Amino acid sequence: MIRVSNNPTIDTTAKLVAVAIAMFAFVFVVMVPLYNVLCDALGINGKTDGSQYTSVPVAVDESRTVTVQFVATNNEGMPWEFGPSVTAMKVHPGAVNDTVFFARNPLPKDMVAQAIPSISPSRAVKYFHKTECFCFNQQPLEANADAEMPLQFIVDQDLPKDIQTITLSYTIFDVTDAVNGSVAAR
Amino acid sequence: MGDHHHGPAKGLSRWLFTTNHKDIGTMYLWFSFAMFILGGAFAMIIRAELFQPGMQLVEPAFFNQMTTLHGLIMVFGAIMPSFVGLANWMIPMMIGAPDMALPRMNNWSFWILPPAFLILASTLFMEGGAPAFGWTFYAPLSTTYAPPSVTYFIFSIHVLGLSSIMGSINIIATVMNMRAPGMTYMKMPLFVWTWLITAFLLVAVMPVLAGAVTMMLMDIHFGTSFFSAAGGGDPVLFQHVFWFFGHPEVYIIILPAFGVVSQIIPAFSRKPLFGYASMVYATAAIAFLSFIVWAHHMYTVGMPIAGELFFMYATMLIAVPTGVKVFNWITTMWRGSMTFETPMLFCIGFLVLFTIGGFTGLMLSIAPADFQYHDSYFVVAHFHYVMVAGAVFSMTAAVYYWLPKWCGRMYNETMGKTHFWISFIGFNVTFFPQHFVGLAGMPRRIPDYALQFTDFNMMSSIGAFIYGASQILFLYNVIATIVAGKPTSEEKVWDGAEGLEWTVATPAPYHTFETPPAVR
Repeated sequence: MIRVSNNPTIDTTAKLVAVAIAMFAFVFVVMVPLYNVLCDALGINGKTDGSQYTSVPVAVDESRTVTVQFVATNNEGMPWEFGPSVTAMKVHPGAVNDTVFFARNPLPKDMVAQAIPSISPSRAVKYFHKTECFCFNQQPLEANADAEMPLQFIVDQDLPKDIQTITLSYTIFDVTDAVNGSVAAR
Repeated sequence: MGDHHHGPAKGLSRWLFTTNHKDIGTMYLWFSFAMFILGGAFAMIIRAELFQPGMQLVEPAFFNQMTTLHGLIMVFGAIMPSFVGLANWMIPMMIGAPDMALPRMNNWSFWILPPAFLILASTLFMEGGAPAFGWTFYAPLSTTYAPPSVTYFIFSIHVLGLSSIMGSINIIATVMNMRAPGMTYMKMPLFVWTWLITAFLLVAVMPVLAGAVTMMLMDIHFGTSFFSAAGGGDPVLFQHVFWFFGHPEVYIIILPAFGVVSQIIPAFSRKPLFGYASMVYATAAIAFLSFIVWAHHMYTVGMPIAGELFFMYATMLIAVPTGVKVFNWITTMWRGSMTFETPMLFCIGFLVLFTIGGFTGLMLSIAPADFQYHDSYFVVAHFHYVMVAGAVFSMTAAVYYWLPKWCGRMYNETMGKTHFWISFIGFNVTFFPQHFVGLAGMPRRIPDYALQFTDFNMMSSIGAFIYGASQILFLYNVIATIVAGKPTSEEKVWDGAEGLEWTVATPAPYHTFETPPAVR
């Protein structure tokens, strides 16, 4: 064992102080990143990877029908009108499906928004592929303007048989301040 | 004691500047009792509101502040400092040391506590009220939706965490370096052992709590998003960090209680503790396991099934070392020449009620069953059986057991036994019915409830008032003992008591073991 000091009390104390500081650091440098890594690896909090999927040609499985539900939520303080054009679709695994979401900026100022997707049940995350999504980019809207935002997706044929409904949830955030270069003050 | 040694200084400066472990222990004990009364008063408000369904006395927002402050003050202000006070008083005397290893830091670790709780209590008078998010302060309730006073709450947690860390470093440094010659680790009294292990737990997890509140502070004031989904964070992360601290924390509370009981039961059974070595190993095993079971507090967050199973089995494993302890205490009593003075009564009460609390804990550890019990009054009943009948009963036993040694006067035995029986009955009337309302579906932390829970809640409230009143009797008994108890100068106040603390004069002189005793 390394001795920090010849005085045993100072030696013990110094080591224990080091342990306490290390445990404080442990929270930030180990627990937080590890949590995110684990969630990504296991896909357990429904976070999709947010990247575009390049489709591989596969046959459409017409024997199966999966219901895909759409949920839209405004983050706290986000004034936009935001919602899906249809709340649910019945789709076949392997087929390419299109739908749109609507957004309207009711304020008399230009704004930028970012939508963040989440999928439930979380086991379905890796079987839900987005080939085109408004969530890949930020969505600017001028004052009082509105927009149709496209979404194109494929449900994978390997989707576990017991999953009959997939819910795709979008939460829309106001990122105007961040885009304009100033950190949003709370 | 030589003439060249001065006694305590006079007046207020004695207490402000003292580095004497006995003075500091005394201050810790009185401070924790004051907090116990304050937290108890909040509990009385909670039970008064819940006496009948419907809104009776307080606003729901204030009710939430009461449940929050009751939990925080009882855990951090009453139970933890009371055991630190006991450690200050007893550990140097039990290992034959003249004082704690770091006496000046000892003074500091006590004196930053009262300001921390003054800050916490002052949030009651702030705009927006005190914290109202429960003692577990889950994000986003404690971040996005918190009252402005949350910043004061965070600061007070930082300060009391610092106090705990300094206190435990002091205890470890004392136990590791200041034992009398011949006092090997495996000859240490069990109270010293349990505190040594507790102190290691504290050094390991209080910084984690500090980290959790620091992240909250940054989320609230500095634009980070550790716990805010809006910025890519995750509120569930908060629960993981909190319970990584929180589960070892419950053993931090109960292990010193195990130590106390392991001192008192042999004394009144007039037999050495059964299975000393297995007690030490069981304590260490519990401490180790406490680090790998935290997520059993959060079965319902949507963990993968493998995670649920892991945390379920690991949690159930804790029943093994705990069972070893319970059986050792029972075996110590077996065929002993038992007498039932007040400390022993409280220890037997501890043993019976803590075991009930342990069993309900085992029920809660079953992941599929927990989905029903989660956040219900069943949980409230469970943790009050282990916190109150566990930690508080054993602390009360410790005060009765060592009070004659501290002040050289005997307490009133009849009053002590009366205190025990009123406490025991009041406690059970309060918390036993909560198992039933919990299983029937009454959630915790609500100011109102469905009509069918009325009878059990009335019983609970009546029991709580009885239990609360019995603590006034306790306070009276302690003060009466200090002021006018029957003087005693016997070194060994209890004929079955063993240990170095019973070899010094009664009352314990201001300085003890300036020359280390010989330990065979």
